[in-house]
Amino acid sequence: MSTNHEPSAEQIQDEKLYRQMGMTDEEFELAVKSMGRLPNYTETGLFSALWSEHCSYKSSKPILKKFPTSGERVLQGPGEGAGIVDIGDNQAAVFKMESHNSPSAIEPFIGAATGAGGVLRDVFSMGARPVALVNSLRLGDLTEERDRFLFKEAVAGIASYGNGIGIPTIAGEVQFDNCYSKRPLVNAMAVGLLNHEDIQKGVAAGVGNTVMYAGAKTGRDGIHGATMSSSELTVEEDGELPVMQAGDPFLEKLVMDACLELVKSDALIGIQDMGAAGLSSASAEMASSAGYGVEMNLDLVPQREEGMTAYEMMLSESQERMLIVVKKGREQEVTDLFAKYGVEAVSIGKVTDDKMLRLLHKGEVVAEVSADALAEDAPVYYKESAEPDYFKEFQAMEMSEPVVEDLSETLKALLQRPTIASKEWVYNQFDTHVRRNTVVAPGSSAGVIRVEGTNKGLAMTSDCNSRYVYLDPETGGKIAVAEAARNIICSGAEPIAITDCLNFGNPDKPEVFWQFEKSAAGISEACIKLNAPVISGNVSMSNEVNGVAIYPTPTIGMVGLVHDLSHVTTTEFKNADDVIYLIGETKLDFGGSELQQMQEGKISGQAPSIDLDVEASRQKELLTAIQNNLVESATDLSEGGFAVALCEKAFGANGLGANVTISGSAVTALFSESQSRYLVSVKKENAEAFEAAVKDAMKVGVVTDTDRIVVNGEDTVLIDGTVEEFRSAWRGAIQCLLNSEA
Amino acid sequence: MKFAILVFPGSSCDVDMHHAINEVLGEKADYVWHTEANLEDFDAVIIPSGSSYGDYLRPGALAKGSPAVESLISFVESKKPVLGVGNGFQILTELHLLPGAFLQNKELLFKSGNAKLKVENADSIFTSEYDEGQEITIPFAQAYGNYYVDKTTLAELNENGQITFTYKDENDNGSTEKIAGVLNEYGNVLGILPLPERAIEELIGGTDGLPLFKSILKRWNENNVNQS
Repeated sequence: MSTNHEPSAEQIQDEKLYRQMGMTDEEFELAVKSMGRLPNYTETGLFSALWSEHCSYKSSKPILKKFPTSGERVLQGPGEGAGIVDIGDNQAAVFKMESHNSPSAIEPFIGAATGAGGVLRDVFSMGARPVALVNSLRLGDLTEERDRFLFKEAVAGIASYGNGIGIPTIAGEVQFDNCYSKRPLVNAMAVGLLNHEDIQKGVAAGVGNTVMYAGAKTGRDGIHGATMSSSELTVEEDGELPVMQAGDPFLEKLVMDACLELVKSDALIGIQDMGAAGLSSASAEMASSAGYGVEMNLDLVPQREEGMTAYEMMLSESQERMLIVVKKGREQEVTDLFAKYGVEAVSIGKVTDDKMLRLLHKGEVVAEVSADALAEDAPVYYKESAEPDYFKEFQAMEMSEPVVEDLSETLKALLQRPTIASKEWVYNQFDTHVRRNTVVAPGSSAGVIRVEGTNKGLAMTSDCNSRYVYLDPETGGKIAVAEAARNIICSGAEPIAITDCLNFGNPDKPEVFWQFEKSAAGISEACIKLNAPVISGNVSMSNEVNGVAIYPTPTIGMVGLVHDLSHVTTTEFKNADDVIYLIGETKLDFGGSELQQMQEGKISGQAPSIDLDVEASRQKELLTAIQNNLVESATDLSEGGFAVALCEKAFGANGLGANVTISGSAVTALFSESQSRYLVSVKKENAEAFEAAVKDAMKVGVVTDTDRIVVNGEDTVLIDGTVEEFRSAWRGAIQCLLNSEA
Repeated sequence: MKFAILVFPGSSCDVDMHHAINEVLGEKADYVWHTEANLEDFDAVIIPSGSSYGDYLRPGALAKGSPAVESLISFVESKKPVLGVGNGFQILTELHLLPGAFLQNKELLFKSGNAKLKVENADSIFTSEYDEGQEITIPFAQAYGNYYVDKTTLAELNENGQITFTYKDENDNGSTEKIAGVLNEYGNVLGILPLPERAIEELIGGTDGLPLFKSILKRWNENNVNQS
């Protein structure tokens, strides 16, 4: 493709070619008005990319604005590459979660790998060294070959990137439901650490300073990834198809190490990853946020392919590229620094005072657009919202207790559900311990990483039960945050902030937008009550197959601070004769439960209710008890309820079992998914102090050295089996599903 | 004692090793970038794990073209100790400084976890602080952890006592005779696939890897006493 073949400005307007780039007529008019003339092909491309939902949040902004984003620890809220929270001692945690859903639906290995790569760049572009990865996956229930393929490849893709670059993956979750069949969610979160003085921002400031390009060469891959409408635009007469951007963890490691050396240099003014919408968004956003302009000569951009146009270069989403602004006269120093790591860094432009993004190519000005117009002036949409009929219907339903004939068999069947089953098959493919700071690896409530050189730690988790969110978005949103916080608390840490990945269907559907709006309201309320502000995040809309939306899935990535590593607590029982406590009240909560889905093949009714005041005070009590070393093991009750949690506590503990007695209806006591509950074990000598510290704790039994799980009812034995028979069901389930024939 | 940690592009476990030597063993380790490799002044060389050169072509294969190779070979010939862990072991086999080769794990997937190993030979530079037959737990993380040697070589390895560690559990990835670590014929080069530098602290991974480093130091101390 060459410039000659590009349509003229008039053609773009008359033939409405901007529609192929995902722009509406109104948006195009707005762009014309902003420019005072018709945009040419490249300029139209810039507007379409920067004004895409992915870059501008035009549909989600009015909702996202309501999130609580400040707090005493927050050093950087949403808006930069990643958010930053103070963790004391002049150090800060930097983190962000991002979706790579659409690419992963097409090419799961590459899509998942580049997802991890992109979010790592977001973190190190803030000046932070990435210390851990977390991932959150949603897939169909593995009965279909395509979903098994997507699962295997997405896991392998994440593994290839994280392992290749040498960052440990220490937490994550996978849930399976057929609403994600052929439309997986791949959300990756990266967590980094920095000293306060090393915080960087994506700014292009200081007239005459130099704009540099570092990293991989630009190719024709991922063009218009941000708008995902590339196929119509790049299919050439010779049959050339749009190419998905591929990742290279090896190159990223070199780029990362070079950037982390660069942030220590006073030559650096600003740095940003070329992520979605590549060079366009990086240059326009850096200029706009600094209040300056940027002029770039595209002839100087390192190119992987011949004859690339300005349009292609600006919209390419080739991976492992950074845009850097350095002090004038210091360019050679920066080039030499990158050269040491074998990475190319070249000057491609300069900072100007006219607030324009000006592009030169082959001696001509090929684009001249206000940087603010691109980065700030995207239209904001207040989408129509409507309560769906299903919600009214579900809310009106009378809930009854499921009928269970054989409690033991039902427990085993639940343990084999892929959402509940051991995720060893997944996390054994990740290098969980590289860089030797992993205190708690995947498999417990939250992963914990030591803060290098201190006795502190960062706990991290990701959570979202989308079935609850679907049944009742507001309650489900609250539960997602509360569950993440419970996982953090159980690991011995204080929740400090969240990032999110808001995965939804098409927001033009009022029912979908309603889910978005309501769940965001629930998240906000929970964040305020649990003192965990939103410091970064990502929105992924239009996750649909054949017009059917996924369950609304606002994934919460939470980070907690372990004040002293001696507080670290894990799921599994520690000693025989310890007392087992159930904390919290058990009610008839089967709406959206794993048992309901297993028995009926669908979900209905009301999501479990949650009282955030109870949630907050209970979290505080339990955390204090853990910090006072009164608790040997802790886990929250989630999918599958009490019975599943009890088993999980025995599975990790060598040779230990449990003998507990429950009251009330057995099915509810064992399998209900009531919220704000925990199962903990406490040494006998600490029992009295523990009971005084946690007021809703009920003694239910003891840890035994018999290797049996025994649950007694009021007058009968309800469940009695060896730990091994339950464990083998739970451990082998995912491998077994993957081996099954279509 | 002065250790060189030979760093290739992509060697991500270099920091782990640096910490092990400097902070835990209390000796001195320097990073030596592969293009600047003058190893003469060091008492031992460690090739760390991590995906050198992105594991392109085959793990360890591309390091063969590095300027460091010549210096490394002279160092081996000087009979001073060389330790390669994980990818470092793979590099040493690619350079034929150790016998055998690595294949993809038998399950064809990257695998990480804790491997139970048996110390087969506690009479080497690298293992004297272990007991023969001792069972130790060492973390591992590899996609190409399936060590292969042919029958003739295997017989030689057994004959010369070159096999230092074997797997006691199912984490062998398909390796010949469950071999996890081997020495060269002279005994100054050890390759071990699991990662002892990740098992040097009680809090993280346990301490079963520490005796390996202590053994190297002990031998060096003995030699230096003898020389003085």
